[in-house]
Amino acid sequence: MAKSSPTKKAWRSLTWLGVIIVGLIALNGAGVLSGGGSWTPKLALDLEGGTQIILAPKLESGQTVSNEQLSQAVSIIRQRIDSAGVSESEINTQGGQNIVISIPGTPDDATLNRIQSSAKLEFRPVIVASAPSADSVGTDDSTAEPTDGATDPAAEGATDTATDEAAAAEEATPSVAPTDASDINNITPALQEQFDSFQCSDIDTTVVAPADEPLITCEADGSVKYILGPVEVSGENISDATNGQVTTQSGATTGEWAVNIVFDGTGTEAFADVTTRLSGLTGAQNQFAIVLDGSVISAPQTLAVITDGKPQITGSFDQDTSKALADQLKFGALPISFAVQSQDTISATLGSTQLQSGLIAGLIGLILVVLYSLVQYRLLGLVTVASLIVAGVITYFLITLLSWREGYRLSLAGVAGLIVAIGITADSFIVYFERVRDELRDGRGLVSSVEAGWRRAIRTIIASDTVNFLAAAVLFVLAVGNVRGFALTLGLTTLVDLLVVALFTHPTLQLLARTKFFGDGHKLSGLDPRALGAVYRGRARFETPAPVASRKGGTSSKEAAKRQTIAERKAAELIGTGSSKSTDGKDS
Amino acid sequence: MASFNQFGNDLHTGKLSYDIVGRRKVWYAVAGVMILIAILGPVLRGGFTFGIEFTGGSQFVLSEVSTEEQDLATTAVNDVVPEAVPKVSVVGTDSIRVQTDQLTDTESREVRASLASAFSVDPAQVTSSFIGPSWGQDITGSAIRALLTFLVLAGTVMALYFRTWKMAVAAMVALLHDLVITAGIYGITGFEITPAAVIGFLTILGYSLYDTVVVFDKIRENTSEDGPESRRTFADSVNLAVNQTLVRSINTSVVAVLPVASILVIGAFVLGAGTLRDISLALLIGMIVGTYSTIFIAAPLYAHLRENEPEIRKRDKKALALKAKATETSVATTGTGADVPA
Repeated sequence: MAKSSPTKKAWRSLTWLGVIIVGLIALNGAGVLSGGGSWTPKLALDLEGGTQIILAPKLESGQTVSNEQLSQAVSIIRQRIDSAGVSESEINTQGGQNIVISIPGTPDDATLNRIQSSAKLEFRPVIVASAPSADSVGTDDSTAEPTDGATDPAAEGATDTATDEAAAAEEATPSVAPTDASDINNITPALQEQFDSFQCSDIDTTVVAPADEPLITCEADGSVKYILGPVEVSGENISDATNGQVTTQSGATTGEWAVNIVFDGTGTEAFADVTTRLSGLTGAQNQFAIVLDGSVISAPQTLAVITDGKPQITGSFDQDTSKALADQLKFGALPISFAVQSQDTISATLGSTQLQSGLIAGLIGLILVVLYSLVQYRLLGLVTVASLIVAGVITYFLITLLSWREGYRLSLAGVAGLIVAIGITADSFIVYFERVRDELRDGRGLVSSVEAGWRRAIRTIIASDTVNFLAAAVLFVLAVGNVRGFALTLGLTTLVDLLVVALFTHPTLQLLARTKFFGDGHKLSGLDPRALGAVYRGRARFETPAPVASRKGGTSSKEAAKRQTIAERKAAELIGTGSSKSTDGKDS
Repeated sequence: MASFNQFGNDLHTGKLSYDIVGRRKVWYAVAGVMILIAILGPVLRGGFTFGIEFTGGSQFVLSEVSTEEQDLATTAVNDVVPEAVPKVSVVGTDSIRVQTDQLTDTESREVRASLASAFSVDPAQVTSSFIGPSWGQDITGSAIRALLTFLVLAGTVMALYFRTWKMAVAAMVALLHDLVITAGIYGITGFEITPAAVIGFLTILGYSLYDTVVVFDKIRENTSEDGPESRRTFADSVNLAVNQTLVRSINTSVVAVLPVASILVIGAFVLGAGTLRDISLALLIGMIVGTYSTIFIAAPLYAHLRENEPEIRKRDKKALALKAKATETSVATTGTGADVPA
């Protein structure tokens, strides 16, 4: 057969499809080579095992959570989990309100507590600051010598942490009562000993330190070790914190970044007291520490007495770091605390069983669909099978890519979405095949039936896929949690369905229609015009299926004649006697 | 195969025709009764059975246990929390599920350990969930928002595509019918409503409308092709379209239902209660009801809505007259001809 334009078009479509598939595979391969990607999609917790915790903010009625607050909370929680040494945790927001934390394996209680506790921001005066070495005894800088003899850290060391508490209880009372929070008399021998052996990695953020006792802690990056006095101002007393450039009195900016804090009434008063005292001190004792979740995020020096409750922190800030500190001050102090809404621990065994069962179910479903297609459409059913395979390959790589680029994780609900999609995808082929068959029944040749059937079918397929995609999109945007995973796979497969039916199923059929096997309407082709009773030529018109009749063998022509009669008689009843009717010799 | 082909051929030519649109009163009555049952049934039964995700509580699942003695689990829980009344059930072939009221963190840890030792499995093999009561409500809230948004959007899209709001209305009514009946079956049988089942319900939205669009597209094609000389009334054309797409409807339903049924079987018998079973059950019911409602509710309702339009009524009369003229004797022709306005 001569290369007609539909054939060329068909090959072009198939080439495009090949390009798309090769492109997807190449993209994925690039991902694997660059180290970030993988040939398999990442699995969600219900398939992989692990713990998922959903935190919901505890809100007063009418109170709402802003996205800013939420993302700040996410970053605080991320810091907490990372500091607990848990790797590969994922923290996301959900529905503009909740926070979802996914941790592989089963977290210990300390990690769980750490996640749930609300951020605690405090201002404490610095008593001692030193480099965070296990060997340091806290006397290597300008700070005052501890009053009592410090024990040798090498002898005591970090080995006897168990006895620390007992020792602390014994020696908890300072020999001289401290007069204020900055007084070095706050440091008891037990505290000094603890400080000496303290490692920055020891910070236990799960235990909220008592506000009226000294605290041993480190700078958040572990660069400085501190003994801090009792809490002077609590984070709740911050009404606002912003970052900006320092301005001179004439209003010109100096180019130096600063964090501006605004205290409320109580905070202003308390802060005035602290700065009055601290500004009279020197060295480390001149500093006050801003403590978030037990770690010092900043320890600025006190340059002046601040009585208006609007201190400005300057130092080696740039725009980003000043913004970060301002956010931490503002949101870290926010009274949103989170409550655990649900906590799921899925054992790895159950996860892999679920995945396995899901895959088996999918496979069985697929085999059943294939069998049914073959029974219904004979060899045409193979086109369905091939189309499903192409759709499956494209979907697989899309999901793998999504999981690499967007962190998508395939959940059980997602797997269910994929399996359900088998049916909906196959339906497009059914709609198309039925249209082609309808055209055949109307007496057209196969090649033109394929074209005419396609023009009608693609309209229907686009319309119905639009509705399906709409459902998936609405679910994806509005729903939460598992529903989203499901909606994503459903929406994705709807798009893939359109792609495959246009770039694979239709071109394949166009080409097949030109083969002898299908074009002659072999019995097993599923497009046998005789079996389809190709007689009726639409309303008010009958035509002898001449091209068909010419191909017919002896026995089948008799059969066709019989059928034709029935169809004609019925049609005649329907359309009445007034219609034009071209009879052929076979009409008895 | 041959007979099914024949069936399709006959439906296509109109040789075989099920008078679906004409008997719409029957279908309306059936739908009315079904909806009534779907609403009254759950009420009489005492409402829906909600899963732990909606009621809140703690749940433990032990997989790969060697014994399925449920007392063992009850004792294990009561050892830790004496006042707890655990619901123990066997799920799948070798898993045991224990549900209790909300436990504290410490309690659930101890219960977990206690269950693990009672069934002599590794504690890591015990899945534990704690679900606050607001979780399910959150999901439901967002599901209802999604439902309403979808109905508005899909209605608009359909009205634009088919260029008549009556098709959109007919499709929506069929959709609501599907949702009510699916929910009703859940209520009557006491299947647990879990977030996964809610996902299933939501998917029915898409599927039910999808199915309706395919059939409506054929209806639109048939009715718009009817010229002034057509002997088919509007209802006839709709009916023919339904019949012509019947093979497609059957094939599509079978193909769509097969994978879902296989998830259901695997989900229910191998895994026991869980996401897969809950999604697929809702889907299976919804798909079957969805296909049914497209044919028996959406199409007749659409014909019903349209046939009182003056233009269509006029054309229907003409078509009836032509049909009568064609089949009846000349006596009958004059008889009906008198009714036809010139």
